[in-house]
Amino acid sequence: MKKTLRILAGATLAVSMAAFTAGAASAQVLFWSSQAAPVEETQKMREQVLKAFEGGVDFQPQEPGPFITRIEAEMEAGSGAIGVVGGLHGDLSRYADNWVDLSDVDLAGITASPAFLELGKLGTSEQKYLPWMQATYVMAANRQALEYLPEGADINALTYDQLIAWAKAMAEGTGSPKFGLPGGPKGLKHRFFQGFLLPAYTGSEVTKFRSAEAEEAWNKFKELWQFTNPASTNYDFMQEPLLTGDVWLAFDHIARLGEAFNQKPDDFVAFPAPAGPKGRAFMPVLAGIAIPKGAPDIDAAKALVKYMMQPETQAATLVATNFFPVTDAALPADLPASARALGPAVTAMTSAPDALAALLPVGLGDLGGQFNQVYIDTFERAVLGGQDLRQVLDQQADTLRTLMVQANAPCWLPDEPSEGPCPVE
Amino acid sequence: MPQRALPYLLLLPATLFLLVFFVYPFVQIAILAFSGPEGFTLKPFLTMATHWKFQTTLWNTLLLTAIIVPIQLVMALSMASIVAKLKTGRNTILYIFTIPLGLSDLAAGIIWLAIFEQSGFLNSVLVGLGLTERPILFLGYQNLWMIFVAVILAEVWRATAIVMVILVSGLGLIPREYYEAAEVFGAGPWKRFTKVTLPMLRPSLQTALILRTIAAFEVFAVVVALGGTTLPVLMGETFNWQFALSDRNVAAAYALVILAISIASTLVFLRVLRTPKGATI
Repeated sequence: MKKTLRILAGATLAVSMAAFTAGAASAQVLFWSSQAAPVEETQKMREQVLKAFEGGVDFQPQEPGPFITRIEAEMEAGSGAIGVVGGLHGDLSRYADNWVDLSDVDLAGITASPAFLELGKLGTSEQKYLPWMQATYVMAANRQALEYLPEGADINALTYDQLIAWAKAMAEGTGSPKFGLPGGPKGLKHRFFQGFLLPAYTGSEVTKFRSAEAEEAWNKFKELWQFTNPASTNYDFMQEPLLTGDVWLAFDHIARLGEAFNQKPDDFVAFPAPAGPKGRAFMPVLAGIAIPKGAPDIDAAKALVKYMMQPETQAATLVATNFFPVTDAALPADLPASARALGPAVTAMTSAPDALAALLPVGLGDLGGQFNQVYIDTFERAVLGGQDLRQVLDQQADTLRTLMVQANAPCWLPDEPSEGPCPVE
Repeated sequence: MPQRALPYLLLLPATLFLLVFFVYPFVQIAILAFSGPEGFTLKPFLTMATHWKFQTTLWNTLLLTAIIVPIQLVMALSMASIVAKLKTGRNTILYIFTIPLGLSDLAAGIIWLAIFEQSGFLNSVLVGLGLTERPILFLGYQNLWMIFVAVILAEVWRATAIVMVILVSGLGLIPREYYEAAEVFGAGPWKRFTKVTLPMLRPSLQTALILRTIAAFEVFAVVVALGGTTLPVLMGETFNWQFALSDRNVAAAYALVILAISIASTLVFLRVLRTPKGATI
């Protein structure tokens, strides 16, 4: 009898402790994010950026599939555990009706970039999401590469032809190709094709996919590929081959170049992507934070949103993820080397006189992966596999057309707005 | 409790477990592979079969299995024979042979990646000995055959122990009298091996081959570690369609293809390596 009582008492104690800790955990705000997913970034978000928030934050970054699945599940159920959602503009725009109006969040005198605030309205009169952080893709070069720069080329205003000449000079001068692309399984090569190469030659991301200008762009890329390190098909983050010296000239997302600048700040230089006949195409990446209508504690969620916009948090986010602030808050003087090197390159590119913004896909949701695969397949078949370019473009255009109809997604910049699904000419 | 029902009642928990965690998901996958927005459709299979990568994927998987399994069979037979003949140190050798079994297949893939990559051990040795001027890119997309060889090496290193362990226990079941009788009749070591050992090992060979072949059709983590997406295999494509392309129906179709070839090869092994009627071990 005594033994039974003791066992029962122990069990009750254990259960109540579990309930207590579960209860304590539920006081935290669940921050459901598709950004800052790489392990180091997640760790820094939890330990440096979100630590000072009162009440605690449960930061959960996700791959695209599970990210969408849970948001949709909670939408259908009408309530859930997610307090704040952090995602790209394209992710958030798909569920515009699901977000709480954030116009009444007091930003305590901080001004966010008006262009981003406007994007955050998602076409309505309410502030559906607040801009959280921004990034883009730039080029980075080892200083040793600069001696091979073609005559008269301005590193901050290159053209694709000059880039090819530069890569050629390096390959011939050093005996091995020194240009690198993030062509690995988790590399962002598809963003290079979608937001930089193709719009620079065609002025469009989707509609002119199989045009003659697109063919020209791919042929230029095939030229560049001759002087590209073939190990590029294994590179996911260009900071690693830059640091080992396998690559002297690279294109990648600023968050995936940062370590190179942090570890050897004097060895590298960052500069804008090149320009083509239609302009200096670039892909801005805007991440925003929104509160779903089914959030358990809307006040705590709004407090977290306000906290994310504060200057200290924006600066800490920059250090943690290499994503730049979206507010006018003054950046601290002791920025890491990567921010000091990448910031001017980003500004030079986004404010160039011939800058041409090509946005991330909007409204594709689950089909975003298949959209990217169209460009990746074109690369693998036409460039790696040597198949006939015209045939590949036509077949991939068919796939793209079917996809756009299935997603029923209208065109986004730089394409002209469309009625109904974005056409592929 | 009725005596006759007792065995079935004892089997009940395991049967329920299998039904809930194996049969039910199987049925769901089969439904997924044939379903679309309007009910029954063959569209996922058509998408899969007409995809430009499908032929290569299927061919790669079958070729890998066709090369790896025989190599492993021969190696496992030799290793098992060595272990069976040892008197001292048998357990130590057994442990050493089975060390790779304790590794996950991704860890095994990463170990071999560390050897073959551009800044890896093999290149360091070659450059250090002065055999090459600069590191060779072994695992690039241009040397597909090299990635093949690396995957074969990694898989043979990792999984031969599975086959060996089954064969060791099978060897232990063969009564010594057969060998003694064969010696009396003047059979040499090779004759004893082919006429006594191999036939008596049939059930174990059957088990080992079925298990290893099915596992070989599902090769995934090693290929991803060594080749990324350069060498497509069936399991890798299943993963890709499910997670990168978010098309669960086509992923289910791929899974059913793996199931089909696994069943086909199992039936072949069951038939070819069956113990003849009336024979006993």
